[in-house]
Amino acid sequence: MSGPLLLKGIDEPGLADIAVYERRGGYGALRKALAMTPEAVVAELEASGLRGRGGAGFPAGRKSSFLPKGDMDKYLVCNADESEPGTFKDRELMAKSPHMLLEGIVIAAYGAGANHAFIYIRGEYEEQARILDVAIVQARGQGYIGERILGSEFSLSLVLHRGAGAYICGEETGLLDSLEGKRGNPRLKPPFPALQGLYQGPTLINNVETLATMPHIIAMGGARYAKLGVSGSTGTKVVSVSGHVTRPGNYEIELGMPSREIIYGLAGGPPRRRKVKLWFPGGSSSPVLTAADLDLPYDFDTLAKAGSMLGSGAIIVIDEDTPVLDVALKLAKFYRHESCGKCTPCREGTNWTVRMLERIDAGEATPMDLDIMASVQDHIMGNCLCVLGDAMAMPISSMIVKFRDEFEAHMQSRQLAGAA
Amino acid sequence: MSADWSAIPRDRHGSRVPGWDEPVDLEKDPAGIPDPALVEVPAALRSEIEEIIGRYPERHSAALPALAAAQRHHGWCSPQAIRETACVMRVTPGYLTSVASFYDMFELEPGGRHSVYVCTNISCSLRGADELLAAIETAVGDDPDINVRGFECLGACDIAPMVSVDQVYYGPLKGSDAKRLVDDLRAGREPLAELALALRPTAAAAVPKAKGAKPKGAKPKGAKPKGAK
Repeated sequence: MSGPLLLKGIDEPGLADIAVYERRGGYGALRKALAMTPEAVVAELEASGLRGRGGAGFPAGRKSSFLPKGDMDKYLVCNADESEPGTFKDRELMAKSPHMLLEGIVIAAYGAGANHAFIYIRGEYEEQARILDVAIVQARGQGYIGERILGSEFSLSLVLHRGAGAYICGEETGLLDSLEGKRGNPRLKPPFPALQGLYQGPTLINNVETLATMPHIIAMGGARYAKLGVSGSTGTKVVSVSGHVTRPGNYEIELGMPSREIIYGLAGGPPRRRKVKLWFPGGSSSPVLTAADLDLPYDFDTLAKAGSMLGSGAIIVIDEDTPVLDVALKLAKFYRHESCGKCTPCREGTNWTVRMLERIDAGEATPMDLDIMASVQDHIMGNCLCVLGDAMAMPISSMIVKFRDEFEAHMQSRQLAGAA
Repeated sequence: MSADWSAIPRDRHGSRVPGWDEPVDLEKDPAGIPDPALVEVPAALRSEIEEIIGRYPERHSAALPALAAAQRHHGWCSPQAIRETACVMRVTPGYLTSVASFYDMFELEPGGRHSVYVCTNISCSLRGADELLAAIETAVGDDPDINVRGFECLGACDIAPMVSVDQVYYGPLKGSDAKRLVDDLRAGREPLAELALALRPTAAAAVPKAKGAKPKGAKPKGAKPKGAK
């Protein structure tokens, strides 16, 4: 075990400065990559088994290989619109080691043959955007970005684009529309962005953490990286642990680590020795797991088999004293607010879910309402252009299944309170 | 006062855009691209927007950063700010209004000098964000200078409950910090300076080194689950 890669020494003062980053061997992987052919770079990424760290977990190397070959305008977009509730890993990576991301962007763009790169950062990350602004100027000054990078034939332009507050812009096609200066409405797929994305050109979209991992893969070799973690979920992952834990924060783990060790060993477990009631393994969009699932190894396939997902790697822990209805209502209101309104099942479904949860809380619901609410979730799933609606339907359905008794008890206690 | 978007229910009218159901004035000419001769754009704003347009292969891409620039100049996305932006970008004001109304960070109503976003999403609310928002709202009272808004996840659950004051993150806050935050803002000081996110080290540094385990999540050998090589 080699220890952390991305978070290694990330608290070193001045790491955001290019001189410090270079002294630590930074941009060495880029030199190595530029000496290879683009195909060889993509082959290393494929060999590494790296899966996208943004939420979908698609193999990063294969995604890169989908872009058509040939001489045309191709684009690389770095998705830094980190808005999934519970997720804050990209923020720390960008603020503390911006050059690691920039190096990854140049490597990924070289592999995909893209000559224009954009970083779409959420508008609320003003401090991080300023740090990146400085880093981009420095990298350009050193010849890592721009015309004929480090004397090679490869050129790359890079623009930092700030969003303005919309969760939906983290969805890749919504992000592209937003980057084109429109409302961030998702697009119909296919065509997939790899063929027709930004400005109708082939576009590769990767998450910050995915890109920031690439310099490490090139430096150590894809095969060696693949030895980290477990089969199907190779490498390390930065997990953001939050909610009812003693030490909320970002921890870099080797995938396959028991979840209990992350929640209790690293983050310290719930304060005051309370018990874990439920936890989101991969951001607020992932189906919830309970205390019985704490011993599951934390990797893509195991969590999928357990009916949930690793998502963005954001673990939200909720202790026994919190009513599940409060959690459900908070979530549903969030998705109602963020639904872009383009697809009916999501726009109406999120709204109806909020209203039904409010009915339960007000003591006006009947047990049938739970079934209706579950059926509303079923009608959202898979029926929209993007997965925002599903992102509400998945956790809410799982809560109805796993905590039905509590919902019913809540309903009854409110009805009794109303009657008295 | 700024509009509280979340307080405008969707189900009643299907839209959150205020004034959506006002009748259209059929006598009025449709607003085209503003005539540069008739719109006076402040030179600083014009050059900033032109520089932004120059970054992109397509000028429409400048919409978000250009609106943000106009908002900085005017304090909010006023009809005048939008008209000026539209004039420089060569698009219609209607197009920019449709964009501005989509995003949470564009203010379509005039507001105060300071913006305070209180994250009220799940991780923060588990740690008392709703009470914090109420405390800050009480401390601000009806001061028109400070805009307080509950906001969706700001991506800083490690410092929950947290606030973003004029786009700078602070946390974790206690209820008693609310008054100090508002006092600092009114006095023109940096609010809650010692709680700034930028000062915080990575969480892994705080994990006690016990039982020979490595601090940053190193997995002990032999703990590999099935499926491992």
